[in-house]
Amino acid sequence: MSGLDGSTLAAAMGRLRSDFPVLQQNINGHPLVYLDNGASSQRPLAVIEAERHYASHLHSNVHRGVHSLSALATDAFEGARDNVRRFLNARSTREIIFTRGTTESINLVAQSYGRSRLGVGDEILITALEHHSNIVPWQMVCAATGATLKVAAINRRGELDLSSFKAALSAQTRLVATSHVSNALGSVLPVAEIVALAHAQGVPVLLDGAQAIPHLTIDVQALDCDFYAFSGHKLYGPDGIGVLYGRESLLEAMPPWQGGGDMILSVSFTGTTYNQLPYKFEAGTPHISGAIGLGVAIDYVSKIGLPAIAAWEQHLLEYATTQLSTIEGLTIIGTAADKASLVSFTVEGIHPHDLGTILDQSGIAIRTGHHCAMPVMQFFGLPATARASFAFYNTTDEIDQLVIAVQSAQRLFR
Amino acid sequence: MDLKDLYRDVILDHNKTPRHRGTLPPPARVAQGHNPLCGDQLTVYALMDGDILKEVRFEGSGCAISVASASLMTEAVKGKSQAEIAHLFKAIHDLLTRADAPIPASLGKLAALSGVREFPARVKCASLCWHTLNQALAGADAPITTE
Ligand SMILES: Cc1ncc(COP(=O)(O)O)c(C=O)c1O
Repeated sequence: MSGLDGSTLAAAMGRLRSDFPVLQQNINGHPLVYLDNGASSQRPLAVIEAERHYASHLHSNVHRGVHSLSALATDAFEGARDNVRRFLNARSTREIIFTRGTTESINLVAQSYGRSRLGVGDEILITALEHHSNIVPWQMVCAATGATLKVAAINRRGELDLSSFKAALSAQTRLVATSHVSNALGSVLPVAEIVALAHAQGVPVLLDGAQAIPHLTIDVQALDCDFYAFSGHKLYGPDGIGVLYGRESLLEAMPPWQGGGDMILSVSFTGTTYNQLPYKFEAGTPHISGAIGLGVAIDYVSKIGLPAIAAWEQHLLEYATTQLSTIEGLTIIGTAADKASLVSFTVEGIHPHDLGTILDQSGIAIRTGHHCAMPVMQFFGLPATARASFAFYNTTDEIDQLVIAVQSAQRLFR
Repeated sequence: MDLKDLYRDVILDHNKTPRHRGTLPPPARVAQGHNPLCGDQLTVYALMDGDILKEVRFEGSGCAISVASASLMTEAVKGKSQAEIAHLFKAIHDLLTRADAPIPASLGKLAALSGVREFPARVKCASLCWHTLNQALAGADAPITTE
């Protein structure tokens, strides 16, 4: 994999940005400054073209026909699965399950692993940094099984409090489920320690990688995690497609969670034999074009190189942190030592939603609200924050425009 | 679109210095409003004297549009009969949602909210307080949401 470093990436910025049709538009009369990549990132032409090519030339159902198109579609779909396997450094494509996204991946584990193994007295351990999609599925499983949900605390910087985590990890813990990177604050969690601590007690670990996948190089073997969940649409790929990586021995022992076509070997009214991995967990016709698009997005990202992407994004993070800090009345929420490239902030006297509307009038897209992490907001005593989240195609110029727009909002509200 | 259409001086003033902010003890009626999109919470207190809204207060945090709208509402409805308030509610609803609706003079200062209709994502911010007041006047207890 030949990659650029951060500065050659910056030099190639014009060319890279031209790969993204969405970025070429004006919004409200201004060139779009897209700083909402944490919610969803934009797609390069290569991905858009791959989806088009599939629909124009390859479309058919997968794993079902002897005709040529079905074979072509199946090859492309399974090729995408192997791309994902390589990207995560998983041992086998049997460990790569296509889902609708992070949310469905987590629900799969909750419903299949959780429901079949948990009972009264058992505990699931999460952290206070989680997205609702890594809270609610566990609450549902707890309600169904009588298990208890435990939450490890965070500190005022928005970092996981490891001593709280250690204290909460008990002989009753059956599963640890934690984000790899917090979507509300950007904090990178100490997943190596988390996995080591949990495994020392024989407890498997699920990592919610939704926010980590576009920024960090993920090696599931090195991480030694048991499940890893992410979404295609935050990795420059299509929406409606995502991945669950699962350790083969665990997946093998888990019951299917949805029934239907593709997940069976044989069906009769006296009994059904389930298909092998990964198909056991892929009931029904999958999102074929989405998977193919995701495979191409992975190729695209790999060509640029995640180390170069990470270096440039860290530069953007530092620049944004410094520049935003010069604004009087602006407070950055989430100051973890290890952070991915997003900045959550509040501005005194201006509600985040007003700020969002005002910036939008200058063509600047940011996220405002609770970021589907209401417990994080409650911890900081805030109803909402504004969040600028960066991708490799963002520039320091765009951050300057953000700063100017925040200052003009302050003048409007003075 | 000019931001000054949305954030008029009246709105900015009522956001900065909201009128009738606070609580009222029983027998005032209470209702809570919630905008799940913003996470904004609003509580409206209404003390009736027969058919007349004698005193009104609101509490809660929210964006400038929601705070100013609540503040303007309290000024507009205090001392009015239920029928007059229902009439205002209808006029405000039209003002916020119908792009071509003429602005009736009876709205007074509330007309400052007319810019909101150019920003569909923000209509709920302005209407939450009215729905919540309605709930309080109806005497129902369930929290009301904009969804
Ligand atoms: C940390 C985290 N987990 C889970 C999700 C849910 O992802 P999706 O909506 O793609 O399923 C998100 C998306 O916002 C996220 O940021």
